[in-house]
Amino acid sequence: MSDASTAGFHRGSLDDAPVRVVSARANLRTRLTNLWARRELLSSLVFSDIRIKYKDSALGLFWSMLAPALTLAIYDLVFSVILKNGIPNFALYLFSGLVVWNLFQNAINMATGVIVDRAGLVKKVSFPREILALANVGAAVIYFAIQLAVLCLFLVILGHAPAWNYLWILPFSFVALYLLTASIAIVMSAITVYLRDMRHLMEVVLQLWFWMSPVVYSYEKTIAAPLHAHGIAWAYFLNPVTLIIMTFQRIFYVQTSVMSTVTNGGIINILPKWPMSTYFYLNVSMVALMAALFLLALTIFGRLEGNFESEL
Amino acid sequence: MTTVIDVEGVSKKFKIHHERNQSLKERLLHPRSGTTEVFDALTDINFRVSTNETVGILGHNGSGKSTLLKCICGVLQPTSGEIRLRGNLAALLELGAGFQTELSGRDNVYLYGAMLGFSKKMVDAIFDDIVAFSEIEHFIDTQVKFYSSGMYVRLAFAVAVNVNPDILVVDEVLAVGDERFQAKCIDRIRTFQEEGRSILLVTHQADQVRALCDRAIVLDAGRMVANGPVQESLRIFREHLLEDAVELDRTGAQVDMSIDSVTTRSGSFDVRSGAGMSFDVNITTHSAYSGYFMMEVFTRSGLLVSRSDAQRSPVNLRPGSNSVGVDLPQIPLLDGVYDVNVGIVDHHGTVIAWRERAASIQVTYDGREGGIVELGASIRQQ
Repeated sequence: MSDASTAGFHRGSLDDAPVRVVSARANLRTRLTNLWARRELLSSLVFSDIRIKYKDSALGLFWSMLAPALTLAIYDLVFSVILKNGIPNFALYLFSGLVVWNLFQNAINMATGVIVDRAGLVKKVSFPREILALANVGAAVIYFAIQLAVLCLFLVILGHAPAWNYLWILPFSFVALYLLTASIAIVMSAITVYLRDMRHLMEVVLQLWFWMSPVVYSYEKTIAAPLHAHGIAWAYFLNPVTLIIMTFQRIFYVQTSVMSTVTNGGIINILPKWPMSTYFYLNVSMVALMAALFLLALTIFGRLEGNFESEL
Repeated sequence: MTTVIDVEGVSKKFKIHHERNQSLKERLLHPRSGTTEVFDALTDINFRVSTNETVGILGHNGSGKSTLLKCICGVLQPTSGEIRLRGNLAALLELGAGFQTELSGRDNVYLYGAMLGFSKKMVDAIFDDIVAFSEIEHFIDTQVKFYSSGMYVRLAFAVAVNVNPDILVVDEVLAVGDERFQAKCIDRIRTFQEEGRSILLVTHQADQVRALCDRAIVLDAGRMVANGPVQESLRIFREHLLEDAVELDRTGAQVDMSIDSVTTRSGSFDVRSGAGMSFDVNITTHSAYSGYFMMEVFTRSGLLVSRSDAQRSPVNLRPGSNSVGVDLPQIPLLDGVYDVNVGIVDHHGTVIAWRERAASIQVTYDGREGGIVELGASIRQQ
């Protein structure tokens, strides 16, 4: 025990030790401070989640790539080969959007039931409960990173250079994606405690959401014109995932600043013809908006958290 | 002395749903069906715990002691009021609740440490101590799902006590493990006390409180009914137990009984070690009662010296005043003051009447043996 005291345990006066308050309702600032203070728990949970998921599987993390790869192959076959949608290098287009979507969907699917599933822990051990949902988002981010690495490998193999000059917008887009996913994950994890049906409902909602996002089709090429005709094109961009997916596609799929690609002699638009500054401003605004959403999510979670004990 | 736990005006209400409609359909179709009752688990609790203090929380099942503890640990949020904590807190609530059974013991030590709020570096430094204390060296890399329940609990206890918390909260967990491991745990708690840390011990075992605590808090139906010296709190605890026992009496024949006094014929409770002593216990009862007499003798530091065998001491009490004679043929105790608790119990051992510290025996001893009891060892060289 003696060496423990030299390893950073303060024994001495407790007068200067910080005071923690347990009260009916923690304000937002306290919630954020508590979350930050327990970041080490977050990383422990993320890695233990991943370790548990692939504990007894021979191929381990490889599975986290195999499933998306299969999805990719099927969509590519269906849309590019069978339906002949005419988007060149469709596999890359698909992959750029799918990495974003997979993060979003994996995290929310996992987090929706997490508090109900870990009721034993929630009722016995003290920690900020939203960390459970955030751990799922964290695990999804790890899988996202692996898939992104595979995407980069693809680019190298195919000799397809990304839009280097747009690359610096990627962090903004990623932060927006993280905050959006975390917000929904946190709120859903709490709501599911009260309404267990949410798990099933969320699966349906996510499917609908997937088709409302330009992952397997191109917005510009397919639905932009009819929406513009009715003057409701803005409605499509209310889906925050859309902008993030388009930014990823702009960076990884479009090689040069040319927005249109020539196929069979014709010219088609695949992505909106925004200049770089538009991508930048839109993404920065999205980060700000999503940060506000994240704070709102924490507040909602705090409201719902009080009665967990009697519902679990 | 610094206040490490400050509980101020804490109340906790639970909503109890009498019909649980958790599916969306049910909620939409019958939004108002089912009734919700509010249950007051805790009502306006106020107390403080300082460094260098071991406080017992006593209460029988349903008195709110676990709720209070969960509030202090931050597992539950009080409905109103506030708890302020200073320093690290490790809680031994339901040991091993934070364990992931799919992970190895080693991974779980780190995960549990993180749950308790300790960094990986801090756990690294004490990892060997934890493993040594838990005595499961060979199985530390085995998945926890293959552990026996004893190993499981030992590992959890080892983590909680080795992370060197400033405040240790213990909830009836000392009943785990074999006797040797229990002794080790008690030993560790005593070390904590010597180091000036604060301990909050929740139990319904009066012996543990006597042996370990400086002060005791008694909860009854969510209210704090005592907060003071151990002996005084134990008396109140027993009284509340009795009140409840009367309420629960199914036969309806309430036993209205009190132990009025304990007297000796000589008028003095002073006795020489090795000599005998007799005293009378004066009991008033409203109606006739057949039960058993029980007596406990404690040292002033709260160590149980002896508890009499109630089953061998049946008594038939008549309505009115009764006197029960107690003969102690030979008292082998050494110098000191010993407190005597006396009571009447029924055949299940449930207390009917009790008097805490009914008498104090003053023992004088001329010999040179130390401790509390004279064994009179004689030595022969062979």
